[in-house]
Amino acid sequence: MTDMAIKKKRPKNLDLKSIRLPLPGILSIIHRISGAGIFLLLPVLLWLLQSSLTSPETFAVFKGVFGNPLVKIILFGLIYLYMHHFCSGIRYILLDLHKGIDLESARLSSKIVFAVSIGLTLIIGAKILW
Amino acid sequence: MVNRIVVGAHYGLKDWIIQRATAIIMAIYTVIFPVVVGVVGPDSFAAWQGIFANGFMKFITFLFFISLFYHVWIGMRDIWMDYVKPDGLRLLFLMATAALLVGYTGWAVQILWRM
Repeated sequence: MTDMAIKKKRPKNLDLKSIRLPLPGILSIIHRISGAGIFLLLPVLLWLLQSSLTSPETFAVFKGVFGNPLVKIILFGLIYLYMHHFCSGIRYILLDLHKGIDLESARLSSKIVFAVSIGLTLIIGAKILW
Repeated sequence: MVNRIVVGAHYGLKDWIIQRATAIIMAIYTVIFPVVVGVVGPDSFAAWQGIFANGFMKFITFLFFISLFYHVWIGMRDIWMDYVKPDGLRLLFLMATAALLVGYTGWAVQILWRM
């Protein structure tokens, strides 16, 4: 009986072009994409940290790479990925604690996550990149 | 009455908790680190290296990295399990991810203790 219930055909729509994600859904997929992006960039980040710490010579190399405009743009994007993942992660922990689970608050908190992570990215970007 | 037979390795809850615990550790570090950099205001290689030469900073930075790599393992495993359906390919991705993260852990140790 339970097997039947599980296998019952339910309507589903997986057509990405016709799905209109609400803001919390957009936040959710960016959370996932940002996590994967940080994973992919880990070797670059570890290499940057290593060159910044090993010796004055490698530090000079690090400064050169860090000063490259293209690298700055990539790092700026990375700061956003981190900040989005950070802020939406805090939101998820609050949701886990049953804080703000009604639709109204969930939508509001998604807006706050976007606003705060964009704000923090601009501040940190301005501070360390330019 | 619920008489569902629960099968599996039961690692779901453990991983769910670790994902959140590691997140909290990283979140705390994410607040501490900019404060330390702000207070020290490193303007040279020596000053920047000095931040990580401090025993406490070394310890919490290492704790951050361990948390990061474990957190990444859980997240990336979920992603591969969601999108990579052929068993062989999924296994390959999982193994590559695990191998990379173990390697990164060694790399992080090397960065922090051989500088």
